[in-house]
Amino acid sequence: MTIQTEPITINLGPQHPSTHGVFRIRVTFDGEVVIDVEPVFGYLHRGTEKLAEERTYTQIVTLTDRLDYTSSMTNNLAYVRTVEKLGSIPVPERAMYMRVIASELQRIASHLVSTGFFLQELGVFVTLLMYCFRERERVLDLFEMLCGARVTVSYMRPGGVFQDAPEDFWPALDTFVRDMPGYIDDLEGLISDNEIVLARTRDIGVLTPELAIDSSASGPVLRGSSVQWDLRKAASYEVYDRVAFDVPIGSSGDSYDRYIVRIQEMRQSISIIQQCIDQIEPGPVRTEGPFFVRPPAGDAYSSVEAPRGELGFYIVSDGGISPYRCKIRSPSYINLTSLKDLVVGWKLADLVVIFGSVDVNMGEVDR
Amino acid sequence: MYGFGMAKGMAVTMKNLLVPGRMFTVHQYPSRRIGPLGLAKRSGVNVVSFTIRNPVQVLKAIAGMVSVEDSDPRHPRFRGEEFTWYEERCTGCASCAKYCPLGIIRIVTDPNGQAVQEGQNYGIEVFDMDIGRCMFCGLCVEACPYDALHMGSGFEESTYRRSELVIDVERLKSAPKRPSTWFRPQLEQKGYNPQTGVELGWREVGRHEQPTLAEQQDRWSKR
Amino acid sequence: MDFGGLHRLFTDFLPAGWEWIAFAVAGFLLSFAVINVMIGLTAVYTWFERRALGRFQTRLGPNRWGPFGLFQPLADVLKLITKEDVIPAVADKIAFTLAPIVLLVPGFLVVAVLPVGAESFLGELNVGILFVIGVTGVSTLAIFMGAWGSRNKYAMFGALRAVAMLISYEVPMALALTGVVITAGSLALLDIVTEQAVPFALVQPLGFIIFVTAALAEMNRTPFDLVEGESELAGGYITEFSGMKFGIFQLAEFMAPIVMSALATVLFLAGTKGWAPVPGLVWFALKAFLVLFFLLWVRATWPRLRIDQVMAFAWKGLLPLALLNMFMVALQVQLLQDPTTGELTSGDLWRMAAFNWPLAIGSIVVAANVLGQRRISRRPAAPSPLANMTAEGD
Repeated sequence: MTIQTEPITINLGPQHPSTHGVFRIRVTFDGEVVIDVEPVFGYLHRGTEKLAEERTYTQIVTLTDRLDYTSSMTNNLAYVRTVEKLGSIPVPERAMYMRVIASELQRIASHLVSTGFFLQELGVFVTLLMYCFRERERVLDLFEMLCGARVTVSYMRPGGVFQDAPEDFWPALDTFVRDMPGYIDDLEGLISDNEIVLARTRDIGVLTPELAIDSSASGPVLRGSSVQWDLRKAASYEVYDRVAFDVPIGSSGDSYDRYIVRIQEMRQSISIIQQCIDQIEPGPVRTEGPFFVRPPAGDAYSSVEAPRGELGFYIVSDGGISPYRCKIRSPSYINLTSLKDLVVGWKLADLVVIFGSVDVNMGEVDR
Repeated sequence: MYGFGMAKGMAVTMKNLLVPGRMFTVHQYPSRRIGPLGLAKRSGVNVVSFTIRNPVQVLKAIAGMVSVEDSDPRHPRFRGEEFTWYEERCTGCASCAKYCPLGIIRIVTDPNGQAVQEGQNYGIEVFDMDIGRCMFCGLCVEACPYDALHMGSGFEESTYRRSELVIDVERLKSAPKRPSTWFRPQLEQKGYNPQTGVELGWREVGRHEQPTLAEQQDRWSKR
Repeated sequence: MDFGGLHRLFTDFLPAGWEWIAFAVAGFLLSFAVINVMIGLTAVYTWFERRALGRFQTRLGPNRWGPFGLFQPLADVLKLITKEDVIPAVADKIAFTLAPIVLLVPGFLVVAVLPVGAESFLGELNVGILFVIGVTGVSTLAIFMGAWGSRNKYAMFGALRAVAMLISYEVPMALALTGVVITAGSLALLDIVTEQAVPFALVQPLGFIIFVTAALAEMNRTPFDLVEGESELAGGYITEFSGMKFGIFQLAEFMAPIVMSALATVLFLAGTKGWAPVPGLVWFALKAFLVLFFLLWVRATWPRLRIDQVMAFAWKGLLPLALLNMFMVALQVQLLQDPTTGELTSGDLWRMAAFNWPLAIGSIVVAANVLGQRRISRRPAAPSPLANMTAEGD
């Protein structure tokens, strides 16, 4: 005699402790096993692309801050590079070094957020979250020295960086670079060999390399599936061709690999920052130009390696002070398309873990 | 394996508990409890003589009823939630209003306009900034050609009504003048710190005298 | 402290046939003392747990109310009392109202029979361990009552998981306790304490580890706190409770570690035994505090396990180890005990310890390998041939 069962549909609603932002998933369970997933998003849509059509090129920098709010510097960088490509605006050397330093600092901060919340969902109470945020505070203090704000930085402008770093930035940066590897060792000691973490994340949510490439995944999601593809090396921009660093990859594409890739990327970022500090020369940080940038009519696409993947801007200009169309290729949105393949067949607890390891940021997904 | 990884994790947590340097500097905003030792240190005498002079306060401190202000010190470049405006420098050109991405600055100058000649200032009637909507991006400060508008350095601007969040020209005139050094390299070269420094007058904040018409055209209307 | 003789204070005042009043009054006073002491200790423990967790996480714990935040439990209680007690309209009112109480009472009952000092609050109970095991099983019922009474999908999810987990972990716990019973030769808790010339944690390390792990699961604490996993299903079985019912649930949840630590101290760490000038009660408190601190440390460090991993761990990991422990201990006691009186000298206990420690380490290693730990290790990464970013572009 078989027992009659039927699947149950639950709404992991927009307000939930473990969806990264306002994200709604309609999950259909058979017992505890997930059989169908329907993501619903758009709760954070603010019309960034439409607003961009009514703002001047410099004002859009403040809009791009708020896309992926945990990695504002790289958002700025992607946008500003596109405008420079469109308008053929040169960038001084020192500005490029400052941009790379800011991007790598932002990468560390963003990966700290991602790791902290990933382990919070695994159930460590808030211990690891507090450790990660304690380190992130140091990065945010450095940003406050650079540009007066911690999260929504608006640091970059078409033609360079907005303002040079103050005198007390460099000693603080040296202290940070010196102390950070010890803190990362701490984090790794707490997690990387922990049997419970391994049991919860090993072989969970495996993304095969073929599927990763077919679904245009990028960033740690792609590299966790052992595809060695990093825009900083594949299509080098700024001064990344003058610094030496490795691109870490995972071995099998499960959640644990994605987490390990982020930790190793943090270590590589520190080494990049150290090399930039050694190589930087005094000089101007901004190309002087008219206040209202007017690129010639045309279009351009350029992308950077944001902490979550390939962030690209496609700007169409009609020769005026505002773009005609500004399209944002956000990595979290594209990475999210493979959620169903990752999750189906696993249990509810795994759904949370897999979603945390893919690391989406709803500011980017919804724009 | 065999639980060694878990034991390593436990060691990390214990290290963070015991080693004193790991405790992040916690600033208990707005005020924190202070004990008798801290009170004595702040007044610069040793504990015993402090106790003899102020016994009641020491007793209160032991019971945990004495508190002092505490907050995280901010960098001089911090973009605060208020604005420092020098009416002697402002010409009413409204570049800040044009440049604001949100359009929260409203400037109404002397509607007559007949008596204004080249090189004179407009008389300012209304200069409203709505910090309820402001995102403190600082583009207005970047735009000001006369260094009349600067970011402020405070952040305690909350009010009970949304209408009180609009800063009008009277409030701008009477606010304490502690400009942040953001995008003002001349202030940074002087080593000015708005949190601890004195208020600056209008002659001390400019990097140059008023820009010429040619410079203005160069900046704003060059194609 | 002679709790059993308390009623004699009152018999002088009573006429002949009315001695039961003395028993009733003495019983009331003792219950009053036990309940109040336990609730007071729990309140202090909530404060301690929040401060200690804060320090583990490099932040301060509660520090606003009272010096060092000591009035925080009072503030919590005041807040919970003044909250509206919402009962869902479709709820089963009897189950809903009784669930917190059913969860709370076993804690008091267990503490009442623990030997603090010469004898326990309830006098000497010669079937102490059976009583303890039976009473701690009632808390499983309380969780199910709470979820059933709530008529909530999420609550049922959490409660069914909880019931499965709790039932599974009672078996290894009971088996670990039989090892203690066999060594001590008696079911009475007081006898177990007096028999511990060498603490049983040293004599039977495997039993101690199994007991602490099973106790962690029984208390729904990390790493087994999937019952109230906040990051998964809003609140589990507590979702619909508010006001003082929720307060009593929290009280019971924070009392459980204290009770279990005290129990572990009595059974494995030689209870009130210690060195002379310091009274036995202080030693008891110190040892219980050490176990409690360990439980707190675990909560601050480890993530939680998934339900099927929890069940696999219980049935495939702990149960065979517990059975092995029980048989080995029985064998050793049979061989080493004095044939006529059945007593074990402390030399015998040390010999048992010398055998049991390698046994514990060896069996854990074997169990870890059998359960497939070896495949959970890092593999070296090789770049996939599907993408090559160093090749020259087309």
